[in-house]
Amino acid sequence: MSAARRRLRGPVEESPAARLLLIAVTIGFVGLFLLAPLANVFASALSEGRAMAFAAIGDPDALSANRLTLIVAAIAVPLNAIFGVSAAWAITKHDFPGKSILVSLIDLPFSVSPVISGLVYVLMFGLQGWLGPFLRAHDIKIIFALPGIVLATMFVTFPFVARELIPLMSDQGRTEEEAAVTLGASGWQVFSRVTLPNIKWGLLYGVLLCNARAMGEFGAVSVVSGHIRGLTNTMPLHVEVLYNDYQFVGAFAVASLLAMLAIVTLVLKTFLEWRYADEIAAQHRH
Amino acid sequence: MATASAAFSAQTRSRPILPGFGLSLGFTLFYLSAIVLIPLAALLLRPWSLGWSGFRAVIEAPRVQAALELSFGSAAIAAAINGIFGLIVAWTLVRYRFPFKRLIDALVDLPFALPTAVAGIALSTLYAPKGWLGAPLAALGIKAAYTPLGVVIALTFIGLPFVVRTLEPVLSDLGLEAEEAAATLGASRAQTFLRVVLPALAPALITGTALAFARAVGEYGSVIFIAGNLPMVSEIAPLLIVIKLEQYDYAGAAAIGVVMLAASFAIVLALNAFQAFLERRR
Repeated sequence: MSAARRRLRGPVEESPAARLLLIAVTIGFVGLFLLAPLANVFASALSEGRAMAFAAIGDPDALSANRLTLIVAAIAVPLNAIFGVSAAWAITKHDFPGKSILVSLIDLPFSVSPVISGLVYVLMFGLQGWLGPFLRAHDIKIIFALPGIVLATMFVTFPFVARELIPLMSDQGRTEEEAAVTLGASGWQVFSRVTLPNIKWGLLYGVLLCNARAMGEFGAVSVVSGHIRGLTNTMPLHVEVLYNDYQFVGAFAVASLLAMLAIVTLVLKTFLEWRYADEIAAQHRH
Repeated sequence: MATASAAFSAQTRSRPILPGFGLSLGFTLFYLSAIVLIPLAALLLRPWSLGWSGFRAVIEAPRVQAALELSFGSAAIAAAINGIFGLIVAWTLVRYRFPFKRLIDALVDLPFALPTAVAGIALSTLYAPKGWLGAPLAALGIKAAYTPLGVVIALTFIGLPFVVRTLEPVLSDLGLEAEEAAATLGASRAQTFLRVVLPALAPALITGTALAFARAVGEYGSVIFIAGNLPMVSEIAPLLIVIKLEQYDYAGAAAIGVVMLAASFAIVLALNAFQAFLERRR
């Protein structure tokens, strides 16, 4: 060790022992509470060999659960993205009374239990719900079918994109758009040529988080799905069915697909925070 | 003064009004009402088919009371654990350099990204009597899985990122000047931390802990596998809603739902009032 590094302790530094202790606590806590469960998913999936794990992933029920999860995300995520852009445009580019109430209402689904997010649709569209008799008379199925699963997913992931874009677009201000309007651009031209290039990385960041939640949602979807194997089970619900059936390897094999989705999401998220720090909302810049 | 305000209003009048207001606000309000507000209204209105006494009978049933106590109590314990360890994690991530820091930093967001059912079965297996962590705990005579302790473990997992991510930006913006001044005036490092750093961090720490608490109260997927779900012992309130729904007791399910919703709104409103109070003091 060089003499320069063996300097005296600065006035606002902890003693080396305290530092070491705090770092050890951090690594220990994160390792124990976060890394251990993640590692356990893959270890359990492979506990009886790779063949067993791949068989569980290739099972027809698992494949239909994969397909349903992809369909649900493919409907819910774009709709919430369009909503997020629209809400952020109205809120950040215009002035109107009641704006802060609107922002709070958009955040509302974040503070609602996932089970309640599913429950509200059962109360509306279930057999004994508001519209239950009407739907039954017209033979329309929403609860225990795809529409209910999509609606519950939309509710849970509702704020993700809007919440990402509102602070970002509010920081960016309106001057560029105003200049474009003054120069004669149409509304669509202003949005596609001026606003969209400014928000594309923030939008992608919001869509990424929205998608991870949409594909992984469990509580809300479990209330409205009815758990019909091969028909209304999404991947997380299929994990539950296998686990409760004592098919542990199968449950963890399907779970490891979802865990890989989580890892990919985290890697992309970290990359966006590092590479496009100035083009995503300030609260995510490290 | 009059000329200044006239000039100001002339200036605002000359700024072009951006297009798309009617369309974007109209779509926003329509979508918000259809997906969030009307369904929530359906929840708020449903329990009253039971009448006030019927509503109270549902909520005061011993099994419901036990579930609500477990959900709120274990969420409070988990939030407190996260408050302490979240502060340590955020502190080391912002102030120190150490190996695997990037990995640890990315891992903090894992509970946001990992589907709750996956977290649930992983934690359950991990803390089961023969699991990686359950076995050493069992040797110490501690049963974690299928007890209220298991509920606390799952809720701690789910809440950590709220505390760390709320503290981090405040901690990085916190200049060293105040701490240097305290040190110059002869304060020990511990005194500086307790009387200079902690008060500055307190608002973010309280906000992050409250967010972790609010999320934990309603959490379902990560808890039900490790909890064991014994009525009166380790059965959480969201699970009781699911059980009532499976028995087609919609009004009973909605009654518990309304109580939980009221609690989470109270937390959000209290937090907003707290933030507004801090803004005004600044």
